[in-house]
Amino acid sequence: MSSITAHDAPRGFSLAKYMTCLTGIVWREGLRFLHQRERFISALVRPLVWLFIFAAGFRQVLGISIIPPYETYILYEVYIAPGLMAMIQLFNGMQSSLSMVYDREMGNMRTLLVSPLPRWFLLFCKLLAGTAVSLLQVYAFLLIAWFWDITPPPLGYLTVLPALILSGLMLGSLGMLISSGIKQLENFAGVMNFVIFPMFFASSALYPLWRVQEGSPYLYYVCQANPFTHAVELIRFALYGQINWISLAVVATCTIVFMIGAILAYDPSRGLARRGPAGGEG
Amino acid sequence: MTSPAPITEPREAAQKPDPAAVPALSIDGVSHSYGPRRALIDVSFNVAPASFTALLGLNGAGKSTLFSLITRLFGIQSGRVGIFGHDISSSPGEALRLLGVVFQPRTLDLDLSLTQNLLYHAALHGISRREATARSAELLGRIGLADRAGSKVRDLSGGQMRRLEIARALLHRPRLLLLDEPTVGLDVKARADIISHVRQLVTEQGIGVLWATHLFDEITASDDLVVLHQGKVLAKGPVGRVIAEAGAQDVNTAFMRLTGTQVMPGGGA
Repeated sequence: MSSITAHDAPRGFSLAKYMTCLTGIVWREGLRFLHQRERFISALVRPLVWLFIFAAGFRQVLGISIIPPYETYILYEVYIAPGLMAMIQLFNGMQSSLSMVYDREMGNMRTLLVSPLPRWFLLFCKLLAGTAVSLLQVYAFLLIAWFWDITPPPLGYLTVLPALILSGLMLGSLGMLISSGIKQLENFAGVMNFVIFPMFFASSALYPLWRVQEGSPYLYYVCQANPFTHAVELIRFALYGQINWISLAVVATCTIVFMIGAILAYDPSRGLARRGPAGGEG
Repeated sequence: MTSPAPITEPREAAQKPDPAAVPALSIDGVSHSYGPRRALIDVSFNVAPASFTALLGLNGAGKSTLFSLITRLFGIQSGRVGIFGHDISSSPGEALRLLGVVFQPRTLDLDLSLTQNLLYHAALHGISRREATARSAELLGRIGLADRAGSKVRDLSGGQMRRLEIARALLHRPRLLLLDEPTVGLDVKARADIISHVRQLVTEQGIGVLWATHLFDEITASDDLVVLHQGKVLAKGPVGRVIAEAGAQDVNTAFMRLTGTQVMPGGGA
């Protein structure tokens, strides 16, 4: 029975084809990124402004006690570095989602979606490609930060990688989920105001949560419920060769939930087509 | 069968493929609504392998909606779309790998080179890098752009971009090619080049072509014709028969009689 179908064109796709597709999508995203030098520079300038200016100013205001994973008193710059790494990924996740909206409008998304490979796989590849781009940005940031005396243990540069991949996927999926809901490019400003800023400020990126708790218990709970807090903590611990299990669990769960949501929302039969008319005159 | 078709070349009818053959594309009772607005109403027609079928309709007739359904961009609300017998909803992978598409809006990466654009597309179809490189070089040679392989797409003319998009659509060797108003915005020479190139694909490689257009002069007597108006198929069949049945002399008058429009879409180009 099984050998009879051999003369026929094989159904389905081999693992090699999936891998070819994945590398192709990541490669194209990388090429596009290299062509958008302004995007790379602004992706770097943003966290560096925080590091060089904001952190320097805040150094005296905010004392950091010894909290895990740190074993000594640390400078404020050292404290916010993981938060800034996560911020890079947050912006990148939202920006790749913006590019998916742009792609969709420009018809490039159509090229992707007529690939015969399963659609969930194509979107997953897109997410991985966006994450790969965010890794380039984060490591470039770490390189510059090293000259600014932010020197995690050498092995930390390696142990942080899986954490960055996971947090990149989580934030990318969130971006994709949100991008399925916005109709026009201008609305990205809304995403900045209503997603990026609240997520960033209501998190442990800029201040340890015990300090937040002293100021406002309610905000403390908001921060605890914010997945971005856990992305920051996951990265912070991983950078020092440790695992924050709670953060890992939260980030992993959110990644799965956001990714499934994003893939379902992107399914044009559920999303595009139904939204097209409801969204009014497009 | 016996309908007089003075304008059709008789040869065409005789060359009709074996009736047992599966159609390259079958659209069967397809309807689609955007909310209360009905974009397609019970649309049915076939595209035979190795045939050139023109889908003629004014802007807004539903051509692009139909293309979005065939390419699985929209889910099918009712009816069935098959590509060589593979249902687009239930086995999209098998259907899509036999399908090449040239969309109406440009869908190339302007900042990437010609070769990079082709390699990306090949990767989306799971074609290995080595094979893809060979096919890209071959196709670029065929469309006369081999010497531009490394330049950015942004530097190409409109006609060259279209030729590249057609080459890209053929990279995975599909047996059905869809083109959505591919000559829009091109000059006379570029238009003629594209049309003759696609017709060559039909005769030499046996590819079934569905060519959406609103320009009468892109249709020749030996084509198959589907007239789409306000979401409905008003006529279908060999061009000569459609003209004869409308009691007209040419496609232009046949179209106006069928649709009751006074517009002359052909002049718009």
